[in-house]
Amino acid sequence: MSTSVAYAKAKAENRAALVGYLPAGFPTVEGSIDALTTMVEAGCDIIEIGLPYSDPVMDGPTIQDAVQQALDGGVRVDDVFRVVEAVAATGVPTLVMTSWNPIDRRGVDRFAQQLQDAGGSGLITPDITPDFAPEWIEAADARDLDKVFLVAPSSTDERITMTTAQCRGFVYATAVMGVTGARAKTSDLAAPLVARTKRLSPAGTDLPVGVGLGVSNGAQAAEMAAYADGVIVGSAFVRTLLDNRSDEQAALKALASLTEDLAAGVRAR
Amino acid sequence: MTTHIHETTSYDADEFGWFGGEAEGFGGRFMPEALMKALIELDEAWQGAKADPAFVAEFDAILRDYANLPSPLYHATRLSDQLGVRVLLKREDLNHTGAHKIRNVLGQALLTKRMGKTRVIAETGAGQHGVASATAAAYFGLDCTVYMGKVDTDRQALNVARMRLLGAEVVPVPSGSGTLKDAINEALRDWVASVDHTAYLFGTAAGPHPFPTLVRDIVRGIGDEARVQAIEQFGGLPNAVVAAVGGGSNAIGLFTAFLDDEDVEIHGFEAGGDGFETGRHAATIQANDPGVLHGARTYVLQDEDGQTIESHSISAGLDYPGVGPQHAWLAKSGRVSYTSITDKEAMDAFALLSRAEGIIPAIESAHAIAGAIKIAPEVKERHGEGATILINLSGRGDKDMGTAIEYFGLGDSKQGEAQ
Repeated sequence: MSTSVAYAKAKAENRAALVGYLPAGFPTVEGSIDALTTMVEAGCDIIEIGLPYSDPVMDGPTIQDAVQQALDGGVRVDDVFRVVEAVAATGVPTLVMTSWNPIDRRGVDRFAQQLQDAGGSGLITPDITPDFAPEWIEAADARDLDKVFLVAPSSTDERITMTTAQCRGFVYATAVMGVTGARAKTSDLAAPLVARTKRLSPAGTDLPVGVGLGVSNGAQAAEMAAYADGVIVGSAFVRTLLDNRSDEQAALKALASLTEDLAAGVRAR
Repeated sequence: MTTHIHETTSYDADEFGWFGGEAEGFGGRFMPEALMKALIELDEAWQGAKADPAFVAEFDAILRDYANLPSPLYHATRLSDQLGVRVLLKREDLNHTGAHKIRNVLGQALLTKRMGKTRVIAETGAGQHGVASATAAAYFGLDCTVYMGKVDTDRQALNVARMRLLGAEVVPVPSGSGTLKDAINEALRDWVASVDHTAYLFGTAAGPHPFPTLVRDIVRGIGDEARVQAIEQFGGLPNAVVAAVGGGSNAIGLFTAFLDDEDVEIHGFEAGGDGFETGRHAATIQANDPGVLHGARTYVLQDEDGQTIESHSISAGLDYPGVGPQHAWLAKSGRVSYTSITDKEAMDAFALLSRAEGIIPAIESAHAIAGAIKIAPEVKERHGEGATILINLSGRGDKDMGTAIEYFGLGDSKQGEAQ
């Protein structure tokens, strides 16, 4: 199921969609399924599952910490598909967010097929741009999978036009110049970037714009929901699990209450 | 003029950074969108700079007056006698700061100044590129931050001190394996947030386009000088040119001037660590497994999930699980032959050159010496008496004395005996 379905539903309810991220295998493979399922039950509209990779460029310290724990725990690419399958079974659109090399290594077509077989909606690809992803574009188009590429405050108009023309599902706007991580204040670069992206998106497609990087609470989510179609939260969820690592029940409870806060935020636009 | 930075070869990348084409080749620009504008601007700035005679003249003057270039091409007569071929050493060990790396940072820092940026960042493994970057930043009056794996800052305290003395901020990186690849990741993360006023001085001819081309153009003076020196001082082109390959900047710096000389054999030697068959090595090309690491399609040491495997070498400068994409293409196209040299072979050559010629080489460069020793008989057979091998002596060994003391037991009473 494309993420566009969840965006359409949110739009019909005159609110933004809440997109939640956790890496697969953190704290364990089963633990990540429990955590993501909790986030779905508490109000996430779309789930992003991170594929842990040894050399991520866009991840800040919090997510690096979690990814390293997942890798140290021995998580494999096949485990990621297992998590996708379990989360997609809840009925929310489920994406994989990954650095490029694990896909390249498996073979783009084979990876796309396995993702589809697991019920995944598509991919978010933070370290590759459409001009270097012809194989993925072809594999995704053949299966109607979502292709979520990123735009940044530094992107030229020309590149936003090129990028949005290749997106399906939504386009991911990185609200700050920098890596992932919760920030005390939301970025003043986000709103202009969203406006520019909407203006430059292909006419008639109404491509949703999700905004990510830095959101950690309901108030920030509400601020972003005023102009964005989706609010993407990652590090704050990871932080919650890291802070409660000794007590699984407490972690899930904290995760649920953070999700509820954020879900209320995206409804307070 | 010492460098021919504006010249091209038959093995250059296309405008998208592909060596050998997108379908079959290597390179490209696999990077976050946030850095795309900066990479495109860097490419355009470099195209403009290298076509500007004033820029080229300024670069040449700095190399000459500040870095002590061109470096000599030296006929190593005693080593020649031992190997039965004429051995010429390109003496990059005599450069300011002790290695070819000063060329790269001075070129990139000069470009940084031309682009109006005020801060540079760099990654470093053992610290050589970090020291060179800090030096260039001091020379040009730029702010400088160097990222270095935590494991490396702990074992290379002297270089950390040198960088700090030169005015650079050194940031230890604890993530991942705490080594060079993690320092690159952290430098890229800094750059994503600072790109409007900061230039990334990449330490080798790898990474996303335009770095493999940019760094190659800047360091190609090694071969440009050596080629002229070989003709003028020794009567003609060498039969073979030889260099060590880690990321590959000293090697591409030597090879470029000879790529279109079809009669010149070219040999690259990777770090074989404990031996290729043990799996503990840094022989990325020999492992022959293509992937995408640090922004380029190239050969990568990786497991079946595409996770990077840590490399192993006694030489910190060659200890990298990727390789510059142009080397990957030169290997695949067959123009250059790449094999590996074990730690032991390299350390034997390290000792041999020290005693035969009174030159203590960097352990990186000792891999090239060991490679030349290995191929000398076949080169002689192919080209006859008077065959000539030109070796890039890319750096000096002062920085490696700690390793040498440990390896040879130089601090023990049984001084001088190999382990």
